[in-house]
Amino acid sequence: MADTEYAIECRGIIKTFGSVVANDGVDLTVRYGEILALLGENGSGKTTLMNMLSGIYHPDAGTIRIAGKQVSISSPEDAMALGIGMIHQHFKLVDVFTASENIAVGTPGKRLPARVMREKVRQISQSIGLEIDPDRRAFEMSVSEKQTVEILKVLYRGQKILILDEPTAVLTPQETERLFDILRSMRAQGCAIIIITHKLNEVLAISDRVTILRKGKYIDTVNTAETDEKNLTERMVGRPVSLEIERPEPVDPKTILKIIDLTVRKPDGSLALNDANFEVRTGEILGVAGIAGSGQKELCECIAGLCPAETGAILYRKENLIGKTPREIIRLGVQLGFVPEDRLGMGLVASMGMVGNMMLKTYDAPKGPFVDPAPARRRAEELVQRLEIATPSVDTPVRLMSGGNVQKVLLGREIESDPQVLITAYPVRGLDIHSSYTVYDLLNEQKKKGVAVVFIGEDLDVLMALSDRILVMCHGQVTGVVDGRTATKDEIARLMVGAGEEAAQ
Amino acid sequence: MIRIVKTKEKSRREQMLLRLAAFILALCAGGLFLLVLGNNPFAVYGTILSGAFRSKMAVQATIKIMIPLLIAALGVTLAFKMKFWNIGGEGQLIMGGVFASYFALFHADWPSFVLFPVMFLAGIIGGGLWALIPAFFKVRFGTNETLFTLMLNYIALYLVSWLQEDPWRDPGANGFPKIASFDKSATLPKLFGVQIGWVIALVLVVVLFVYLKYTKQGYEISVVGESRATATYAGMNVPRIILRTMFLSGAIAGIAGMVQATGSDRTLTTGIAGGVGFTAIIVAWLAQLNPVNSLVIAFLFAVLEKGSSVIQSQFGLSTDCADVLQGIILFFVLGCEFFIRYKFVRDQKPAAAPQGGNT
Repeated sequence: MADTEYAIECRGIIKTFGSVVANDGVDLTVRYGEILALLGENGSGKTTLMNMLSGIYHPDAGTIRIAGKQVSISSPEDAMALGIGMIHQHFKLVDVFTASENIAVGTPGKRLPARVMREKVRQISQSIGLEIDPDRRAFEMSVSEKQTVEILKVLYRGQKILILDEPTAVLTPQETERLFDILRSMRAQGCAIIIITHKLNEVLAISDRVTILRKGKYIDTVNTAETDEKNLTERMVGRPVSLEIERPEPVDPKTILKIIDLTVRKPDGSLALNDANFEVRTGEILGVAGIAGSGQKELCECIAGLCPAETGAILYRKENLIGKTPREIIRLGVQLGFVPEDRLGMGLVASMGMVGNMMLKTYDAPKGPFVDPAPARRRAEELVQRLEIATPSVDTPVRLMSGGNVQKVLLGREIESDPQVLITAYPVRGLDIHSSYTVYDLLNEQKKKGVAVVFIGEDLDVLMALSDRILVMCHGQVTGVVDGRTATKDEIARLMVGAGEEAAQ
Repeated sequence: MIRIVKTKEKSRREQMLLRLAAFILALCAGGLFLLVLGNNPFAVYGTILSGAFRSKMAVQATIKIMIPLLIAALGVTLAFKMKFWNIGGEGQLIMGGVFASYFALFHADWPSFVLFPVMFLAGIIGGGLWALIPAFFKVRFGTNETLFTLMLNYIALYLVSWLQEDPWRDPGANGFPKIASFDKSATLPKLFGVQIGWVIALVLVVVLFVYLKYTKQGYEISVVGESRATATYAGMNVPRIILRTMFLSGAIAGIAGMVQATGSDRTLTTGIAGGVGFTAIIVAWLAQLNPVNSLVIAFLFAVLEKGSSVIQSQFGLSTDCADVLQGIILFFVLGCEFFIRYKFVRDQKPAAAPQGGNT
């Protein structure tokens, strides 16, 4: 066997954490000039495997060959020297440094004068067809620009193997497309690329081959051209699944929340929401589509009473929510489940267990100075059963739980609180297929109970399959509300970039 | 090759064993130090212990050292639980002492059932207000509480200097700048030979334990400490929680000052705090911000402090040596926290790491 044709060749990798087997005999190969997608559910061992390639963990058994030579990677420096560059979910940039300084930092060799450095960065970025200002500081950059800098870092160091851990989770569809263009031109330059992602359409769009892991075990490697979404899903989950999202007909929808001329400014004075008008109805799922940062976050926060409105009103059964405290709004039955980019930042207390988190919004309800954890414990235990949450105990700090389980806790709590209006933002962010469908089912269940559900999502296909109506936002403006059953993807995409004024009612 | 890897979270028992091991190692290292100085470490350690416990009086003196340390540590615990870095325990303690001393100096004629509660309240208000200043600026303008509380320590200290130089100067001290000793009627009573402060300290341990663990306000403190955004989202009034908690934190330190001035010193001097506010931070930290653990740790610190004053006279070792020993112990115990989270492993061996193997 011509070993040298592989950039990376892993054979029989085993890695255990205590009693948990994260990788159990995993094989993985990538050639130069190839993009390999690594597919698997949450907790299937993808990140663990990649962390072993980048020197963060060390395998218990198995061999790793880089460019045909057997190696032992015991630190990130070793990985760097072997030409492996990893781009993590959380970027590792120095905020106050410029793009070119960030690229220079940690690169072995002599420090180059700023001017030379800048020129080199420009050259490299042009070679893969993108424009970047080398003097822009990291804190001024958007998420996608930061990611680009991370990629440039790898290229600048001359590394030929690139590993990306869920790079598209935080990108808009347009940014994702741009990233894929970059990856394709890197492939053309002979780089070996491994991309971890949950999104099957992306796997099909970008990769040459797919390696599938399930619960730490190696399942198979297939050529992308010879497979499809259904096949991949079944191998990943291990049983046939339906990719249909249910959409029951709304029963007796009534307006429960009416947003009138709502204008909100960000702390820096720019407009976050501009004169928004729409209504939310009971027994219905209202999808919200829009490029990230079009005002979705402010909309959520304003309804929940977390940020002040400049003008306008939010009428909840004819009662204006503006001016009410978050607690008063919670008591009225308007619940917000916002899954931020870091999943924990808002909504959950990382160091507390499920019990502590279940009572976050209700701890104040019983009279007297003491908290009563008993009902919270009961609810936590119910939730573990109902949503199949994997946790050693309801007292285990949620920060030790995996992303999917953390999100189930968050969403589960909001649902348990018997809401009238349930606002969920990015509830499936970073979740695998199986967990995502659990979440959709939960939302549908609420809808059938007559709850008014607002679903802020990223994936247009899902929004179109799940929502009864879809509200489209662009730069803080509501550019249209379309029927989820009849709207086309093009129509929504046009509204998302604001080109739909003529289409808006 | 040896690498550092994260371990999975250890159980309580394992953590305690690790800390105990660190403590024993610290004693060995300290013993080495004593050996180099030409002393028998066993004799010195023995003397520290016997120095703290050899007689009823010694035990009483040890407890006396423990009282302000424990109370101040409890105060600090409250703020630290909220991740509010209050290192102004020293200043808050002093201000509690100042407020209480006013009544001890000028209202000693009040009946004791009025005077003592008033002094107690004065201590609470003095310390509490002093802590409220940085909390207010933090909430309102986002100032850095660490520097702010630190600086207030010096203001409080020099306030006492000024008081003893001028307005509260004892005319009967032949021009020596000091504040007069309190009247007998304004001195805290004793129970079992030690000023009543130890009872107050024990009560506070229980109260604080319950407060942090079982009350709504305690829950709020934990949530705010973890994430202010989450607390706001849950409908908590974060500024109010910060102000309230800091007031209580300072108030408890203020009680320590009141107890120290009116129970032990029986006057107000610039030495009223004497670094207790800072040592309290170490105590609270070593106790893992747990009030009951604080009791144990504060007691051990008091033993070390009392015992080392005895080795000074018996072995001719300066008290600085005791400080060195203290430092060594701290070094080991704090250093062992590293091993609670990480461990060294050799290459090619099965290694344990956190369960964060999520993808």
